[in-house]
Amino acid sequence: MDIFAPFGWFATWLAAALGIVPGTRLWDAATFFVADTLKIFLLLAVIIFAVSWLRTYLPPERIRKLLAHQHKYVANVLAALLGVFTPFCTCSAIPLFLGFVEAGVPLGATFSFLVASPMVNEVALVLLLSLFGWRIALLYITTGLVIAVLSGILIGALRLEHLVAGFVKKAEVIDAAALPELTHKDRLDYAKAYTIDILKKVWLYVLLGVGAGAWIHGYVPVDFLARYAGADKWYAVPFAVLIGIPLYSNAAGVIPLVSALTEKGVAMGTTLAFMMAVTALSLPEFMILKKVMKTRLLLIFAGIVGAGIILTGFLFNAIL
Amino acid sequence: MKAMKLQVLGSGCPSCKRLYEMTKQAAADLGLDADVEYVTDIQQILAMGLMSSPVLAVDGKPVIVGFVPGSVDKVKELLKAIPPVGR
Repeated sequence: MDIFAPFGWFATWLAAALGIVPGTRLWDAATFFVADTLKIFLLLAVIIFAVSWLRTYLPPERIRKLLAHQHKYVANVLAALLGVFTPFCTCSAIPLFLGFVEAGVPLGATFSFLVASPMVNEVALVLLLSLFGWRIALLYITTGLVIAVLSGILIGALRLEHLVAGFVKKAEVIDAAALPELTHKDRLDYAKAYTIDILKKVWLYVLLGVGAGAWIHGYVPVDFLARYAGADKWYAVPFAVLIGIPLYSNAAGVIPLVSALTEKGVAMGTTLAFMMAVTALSLPEFMILKKVMKTRLLLIFAGIVGAGIILTGFLFNAIL
Repeated sequence: MKAMKLQVLGSGCPSCKRLYEMTKQAAADLGLDADVEYVTDIQQILAMGLMSSPVLAVDGKPVIVGFVPGSVDKVKELLKAIPPVGR
């Protein structure tokens, strides 16, 4: 049973009440827009609340402790998994990076975390689930984690510690016993405040994205884009990754948009690669990280992750 | 009596500034004898053993880590709960 069916009924009722004629393009676009917006906002509210509540039990300070003395491959896998639960905003990129490296978390594991944290997060998950279904959502998460783990292992193996800015390593290992105690009410308050905060940040992008998606859904002919971005066009994947890099802050709007493009003939692997590039490779994040690492390390990092994403795109275009 | 030392530490992002404004408001509302300071030196956050921003620290001890509370009242509650020992 589809628990979201009532949204579809509501959308149909609303469109009919507004006097839109069933079966027209406007009808398609309008019902799609209403049903999808409601579904996405409900899912966003519920899932962000749950994840941010869980997160109060696993702040980055504790994650660092877990990662500091692990076997290196275990640390990469753990770092990628923990990255899923940690919100990643560009303003916390530096304290996170420095905090990890200074506490002796291996550089490779730190990068696994840095890749997974923005790429595999609850907002992306909700949008993928509601617009593409659980199979694609699962595929995205799994490949995202694999890319995070492998890029981290590769960066670790390259021994690039000397490319981290000089002031990073001199600080001594610090104990994180200083965290304030949280009551149950504190945790719920935090989850509520965080959920409202994120919704405030993304609602407009979601509306714009779903709106554009709805328009495409209703008005652009099916397979219109297959000519330019179908699975047989090798350049589609690298091109999608390149335009994904500067689009970071609009991830919430980009996913609804690409879901509509997929419907019109863009190959699934290309779509996945595009979404990954939007979330994992972010220009503003690079600018900030440049303060703590040499440009060469940043380029190696972006190159490895970018290559991983492009390979993933090709792979899924070939097999899906 | 020494003035209470309130520090908001952050990387200069909008949410850090919001917490700074809320803290000033809370201190003023409670009539606290407090210095409110805005610190953007990341190393000071790390020196407290923390990695998330923003942080609200009272006399060097963190009371809020990594998020902005939903309202000024929450900040007031926290400030009221600080025991006046050693001041």
